[in-house]
Amino acid sequence: MQAFKKLTSTAVPLPIEDVDTDQIIPARFLKATTREGFGDNLFRDWRYNADGTPKADFVLNNPVYQGDILVAGRNFGCGSSREHAAWALTDYGFRVVVSSFFADIFRGNSLNNGLLPVQVSEDFLHQIFTAAEKNPNAKFTVDLAAQTFTIEDTDAVFEFEIDSYKKMCMMNGYDDIDYLLSVKDEIEAFEQRQVGVF
Amino acid sequence: MTLFDKIWNAHVVKQIDGGTDVLYIDRHFIHEVTSPQAFNGLTKRGISVFRKNKTVATADHNVPTENQHLPIADPLGRIQVDTLTQNCADFDLDLYGLGHKYQGIVHVIGPELGITQPGRTFVCGDSHTSTHGAFGAIAFGIGTSQVEQVLATQCVLQRRPKTMRITVDGELGKGVGAKDIILYIIAKLTAAGGTGYFVEYAGSAIRGLSMEGRMTVCNMSIEMGARGGLIAPDQTTFDYIKGRKFAPQGADFDKAVEYWKTLPTDADATFDKEYTFDAADIEPMLTYGTNPGMGIKISEKVPLPSDLNNAASFDKSLAYMGFEKGESLLGKKVNYVFIGSCTNSRIEDLRAVAEFVKGKKKAENVNVMVVPGSQQVRLQAQEEGLDKIFTAAGFDFREPGCSACLGMNADKVPKGEYCVSTSNRNFEGRQGPGARTILAGPLMAAATALTGEITDVRTLLS
Ligand code: SF4
Repeated sequence: MQAFKKLTSTAVPLPIEDVDTDQIIPARFLKATTREGFGDNLFRDWRYNADGTPKADFVLNNPVYQGDILVAGRNFGCGSSREHAAWALTDYGFRVVVSSFFADIFRGNSLNNGLLPVQVSEDFLHQIFTAAEKNPNAKFTVDLAAQTFTIEDTDAVFEFEIDSYKKMCMMNGYDDIDYLLSVKDEIEAFEQRQVGVF
Repeated sequence: MTLFDKIWNAHVVKQIDGGTDVLYIDRHFIHEVTSPQAFNGLTKRGISVFRKNKTVATADHNVPTENQHLPIADPLGRIQVDTLTQNCADFDLDLYGLGHKYQGIVHVIGPELGITQPGRTFVCGDSHTSTHGAFGAIAFGIGTSQVEQVLATQCVLQRRPKTMRITVDGELGKGVGAKDIILYIIAKLTAAGGTGYFVEYAGSAIRGLSMEGRMTVCNMSIEMGARGGLIAPDQTTFDYIKGRKFAPQGADFDKAVEYWKTLPTDADATFDKEYTFDAADIEPMLTYGTNPGMGIKISEKVPLPSDLNNAASFDKSLAYMGFEKGESLLGKKVNYVFIGSCTNSRIEDLRAVAEFVKGKKKAENVNVMVVPGSQQVRLQAQEEGLDKIFTAAGFDFREPGCSACLGMNADKVPKGEYCVSTSNRNFEGRQGPGARTILAGPLMAAATALTGEITDVRTLLS
């Protein structure tokens, strides 16, 4: 997993609520057996017409908006547990997703793939949308060590929360599995204690 | 202590910095879509599966629902199913694959095989794993990285969720069932109302449900954002499990029941949040929008957005569905009906539909697909002659799988068409690009099949 420490970038605004993982990557594109290549079909049905031509009114097709940060409305990533959603976002090039609220499974999947979910207040989310809409070149800084998200144009800062263990993993590029493998003895000891109960 | 706390506490291997727990998983279900990358990970690390007898595999999401005895026509689908078969052979795991008498939707086969038992922890790379909570178990969906973790260590890292209790007391009205209860709850709490929580469903209306009805309720917990839902085990639970293939047998069963009886929430336990609803207030429900929280009673009209912050998303949703604020959905022409999915594809669902449509014919304009949840359900339906009732009514009775619930295989709803569906998600494009899904219970779906338009099932009940 790629480590994440600090990033300054422009942002791509997607002011829609309840974006579910079926929109992020529709089920019919889940047929691959590897983690790569899902970025091409990120937001497929919002991004392309049935004949494969791009929809001009979708933000990813608007050359004015570029960057490593996706900013979306509340309850981002609800629905299916497909980790392909996180893979599609990272494969496309996003490193950070900002919303006022994330669905649980999506948040966990993102953290396991080096995609940082930054949860901000509803009010701060609107400040970000406003800044990005006013000036598509507006820069934003995400500092994981300090746990801050800064709107550079206005100097507005939001301190976001993250689990201390997850923060350590993101900053060092560690996977949960490395940790779990390191405590295997304790898992076996637990099993011994549980014999006969389950 | 709550039911949830008792089970969770019994499965914490250790707690790590910041309040994350290493949680032991008793049983792990896998399927073809979310597992291949996990096996790749094991291979890359050069490790094997830690506890082989605790993982069970089936092929469901991407299988055809006709001619299952033939090679899968879709090449990508075939590769995925073949990859699962190969991985299960390489890593020595039990597989109920295509053609096996136990094959079916993962959340249907776990309970019917008696693998799902009270007090256990379950995970699967699928968000509707919450279904298994109906037995008084902790069950939740995970991503593929976590599938790999469970294969490698039989554990996941998880923050302890908050607890919520939803009590539904009273008698359900005529034509109202488990699906209506859960659609009603989600409509009240919204699609994000349960995020961060594990939900215990309680009250006389819940206790009065069969195991299959309880599964329907727990199944959709994820649709209000809750990671899982659970219901206290009782005699209904024990009777259901008894005698099933992987259930404890003889004296072991009695011992297990003794343990299961200790699980229900203690009278003095408290929850982080509580809601109470009156069963008498619930009607046949259906959705009008593009998330499961956008539901109404059949007698109600499409509402106005609940707060102005989400007005744009609300309008986008209605535009997709082709509905207007303030209109009733009664009488809307519907050309597709789907009866199936891990929410409503069990034998009781099929029996209810068959009883309702027996001797009748579907409306001319409608295509009706009935997809049983498993090979065992299909066989049972045939033994009871339900298949003949469906065929006589003009319904298409198919082979088991997820089918039009997620439109990964060939079973899709065409662009712009309405489908009254007993599945669990009405997201844009869920049943095929441009498809418009209206979620409802099996009886409402059957009523629509007969009339070809959205109908209040109660008007057709004698
Ligand atoms: S039936 Fe639908 S919701 Fe259930 S497991 Fe299959 S795809 Fe998921």
